[in-house]
Amino acid sequence: MTDVLTPDPEAPRAVAAAGPQAAAEPLGAGGWKRWLLIGIPYLWLLALFLAPFAIVLKISLSQTTIAQPPYEPVLDLAAGWQGLVDFVSGLHLENYSILFEDEIYVASYLSSLKIAAISTLLALLIAYPMAYGMARAPRSIRPTLLMAVILPFWTSLLIRVYAWIGILNPDGLLNAFLMWTGAISEPLYIMNTETAVYIGIVYSYLPFMVLPLYSSLEKLDETLLEAAADLGSPPWRAFWQITVPLSLPGVVAGCFLVFIPAVGEFVIPDLLGGSETLMIGKTLYNEFFLNRDWPVSSAIAVLLLLVLVVPIAIYNNVQAKELGGKA
Amino acid sequence: MALKPAQKALGPIRRSFAPWLDPSAVPLIRFENVVKRFGDFTAVDDVSLDIHEREFFALLGPSGCGKTTLMRMLAGFEAPTSGRITLAGKDLAGVPPYRRPVNMMFQSYALFPHMTVAQNIAFGLKQDGMPKPEMEARVTEMLRLVKLEPFASRKPHQLSGGQRQRVALARSLAKKPKVLLLDEPLGALDKKLREETQFELMDLQQDLGLTFLIVTHDQEEAMTVADRIAVMNHGKLVQVATPGEIYEQPNCRYVADFIGDINLFEGTVTSAQGGLVRLKSPEAGAEFVTASEAALQPGAEVALAVRPEKMRVSLEPPPAEATNPLRGEVWDIAYLGDWTVLLIKVEGTEKIVRVSRANVTRSEARPIGWDDKVFLWFAPDAGVLLKS
Repeated sequence: MTDVLTPDPEAPRAVAAAGPQAAAEPLGAGGWKRWLLIGIPYLWLLALFLAPFAIVLKISLSQTTIAQPPYEPVLDLAAGWQGLVDFVSGLHLENYSILFEDEIYVASYLSSLKIAAISTLLALLIAYPMAYGMARAPRSIRPTLLMAVILPFWTSLLIRVYAWIGILNPDGLLNAFLMWTGAISEPLYIMNTETAVYIGIVYSYLPFMVLPLYSSLEKLDETLLEAAADLGSPPWRAFWQITVPLSLPGVVAGCFLVFIPAVGEFVIPDLLGGSETLMIGKTLYNEFFLNRDWPVSSAIAVLLLLVLVVPIAIYNNVQAKELGGKA
Repeated sequence: MALKPAQKALGPIRRSFAPWLDPSAVPLIRFENVVKRFGDFTAVDDVSLDIHEREFFALLGPSGCGKTTLMRMLAGFEAPTSGRITLAGKDLAGVPPYRRPVNMMFQSYALFPHMTVAQNIAFGLKQDGMPKPEMEARVTEMLRLVKLEPFASRKPHQLSGGQRQRVALARSLAKKPKVLLLDEPLGALDKKLREETQFELMDLQQDLGLTFLIVTHDQEEAMTVADRIAVMNHGKLVQVATPGEIYEQPNCRYVADFIGDINLFEGTVTSAQGGLVRLKSPEAGAEFVTASEAALQPGAEVALAVRPEKMRVSLEPPPAEATNPLRGEVWDIAYLGDWTVLLIKVEGTEKIVRVSRANVTRSEARPIGWDDKVFLWFAPDAGVLLKS
C-alpha cells in the first residue's frame, strides 16, 4: 500500500478490538524472560497450593482406618501397574455422601455462611465511616491513622482473641464497667454465644475492610463533590450519587477479604463461641483432631473450597473489570 | 447608553456592547469590598467589582493572585472573610453552592467517571427533578451544541481531552445558569485546539446570551474572549478595562509588563504643555516627546512605555519629521513567522530595546541582520507615560 492518503480503514479498528493487552505484547524474541518471570510464582503456587490440595482431595476419596497413615488406599509404587489399579479402584465418594446425610455438616456450612455474611455487613458498616474519616483527614495525619489500623497485626491473633475472653467474660472488663456505671445490674452473658463470635470476627477482620475502602476513598477527587454541589446536589445526596458508587470497588474488595476467611474461621468460634456456635472450621477441627477421621475432614475442606469458589470468582471478575476499566 | 466624550476608542470595540459605561445600568454581579483570608494569607484583598449581564468577563493574573478564590466565592465554595457578593440584587451570603444559580466548569473538568457523557450532562437537571422527556430533550440539545451526539453513551475515560472539555462545558451549561464560571477551562488543551475553542466559547456566549466569568492566567486567552478584563495581583484588582484599554492604556507598570511586551524608558520630565510632555531619559541617552494630558511638573520621575510593534526600525535614516529618534545595533533576532522580534542595543548605552516588525512580504532585498547599525523612532502618540 503506497497511497498514504487512504490508509486501511480497518487497521485502527483491528488494533482497538484486540485491546490494550494485545498492544502491550512485546514482539518476537525476549518473550521467554517474561514467561520466566510469570513462571516462578506459578511454580511456587503449584508446589505450595496445588500439590497439598491434590493430597487433600485424594484423602477425601479414601476411607478411614486405624493405621499409619489413618486412611487407605495408599499408593504402593513398588507394586507397579497393579498397585496403581488397586489404588484407583480403592477411591470412592462415600465421605461426600456422609456430609449430606449427617445434618451437622450442612448446618455447619450454612451457619458459617450466615455468620460470615453478617460479620461482613457489620464490618462494612463500621469500616466505611472510619475509612471515610481517614480519607478526609488532614494529609499529614493520614499515615498515623493508617498505622493505627494496622497496629493490631503486631500482636498475634490468638493473643488478641484471648484478650476478648477477658473482656467478654461474665466477670470480665465489659461487665465490670457496665455494672460500675449502673447500666446493668446482672452481668451480660456474651461469652460463648454467637454474639461473641460476631464481635471477635468483626474486630479481627476490620483492617481488611478498612484498608481497601480507605484506598478507594482516598483516591476520590474532591472536586467531583464540588461539581456535584455546583450542579445542585446537597452533600448527603452527593454522597450517594458520587462517593458511594466510586468507592464500590473498595467495598467489594473489603467484603470478600472479610467474608472468604471468615467462612473458614476456626480460632475465633473455638475460643469465643463455645459449644453453642456451629462453624465449619470448628467441625473440621473436631473431625480431624478428635475423631481422627482424615477422609471426612478432607471432604469437608474440599467442599468448603467449592463453596468459596463462587465468591472468589466474583471477586476476581470485579477486580479484573476494575483494572480493565482503568486501562 | 452614551459614550463619555473623553472616551477614545482603544483597540476594537466589540459589538458596541459596553454597559459598564452606562451609569444607570444595574450590574448582575457585585463584589463589594470582598476580602478573603486563609490564616495569615490574604488571598483576596478588598475587591469591589461589577459584572454586567451578558458580559464575558475575564479575571487575569499570575497563579496565586486570588482570581480563582474570587470565583470560588461566587460559586459558594469559599465564604468571604468580609464584604458582600450579590447576584441579581440578592446577597449570596450563606447560600450553599447547590442553591446558587451559577454553574462552574472546572479546570480539571471534574467529570463523574462512573457516568456516561449523557448522565454527566443530565446530572444537574436530575437534581432539579426535571421530568424525563424534557431532560432527555435538553441533554440532546446540549450534546448537539458541543457536537458530541455520537458519544452520549461513552464514559469520560473513553474520550480525548478536547471531548472531555466539551462534556464539562455542556454539563455546566445544561441548567442554563445565570452565570457560567470557567476556571482555566482551556488549560489542558494544546495551542491550536485552545484557540479554536476560544472562538467557539465567544460564539456560544453570544448565542446563549449568558454571562460568562472566566479565570485565566493566559493573557492572550483573556484578550481574545473577554469584553472586559480585570487584571489581578496579590489579591487586588490592578486594572479593570476592555482588552484594548488594558493593552494600549495600562494604568501602571505591572499591567504594562504583564500584558504583552513593552519597552520602558525611565526618565525625568523637562516640560509639559499643550498636551505634549518632554522627558530626558539618561538610560537611553535621549530625549523623548510624547502626547499626554497628565498634569506633570518638570522634574517628575516617569517611565515612557512603548510597545515593540509601535517602534519603527530601518537601516536608512528616518525622515526628517520623525520624532524620538534613536540609533542602535542589532543584538538578537527572533523570527516568529508572522513577526520578527529584534533586540536592539541603543548606541552608547546598555539599554536593550525590543522592536517587532510584521513580516508583510516573504522576502526582503536587504533584511536586517545581526550587528547591523539601525535607526529607531516612534511617534509621540506611540507611548504611554507611567508614574515611577
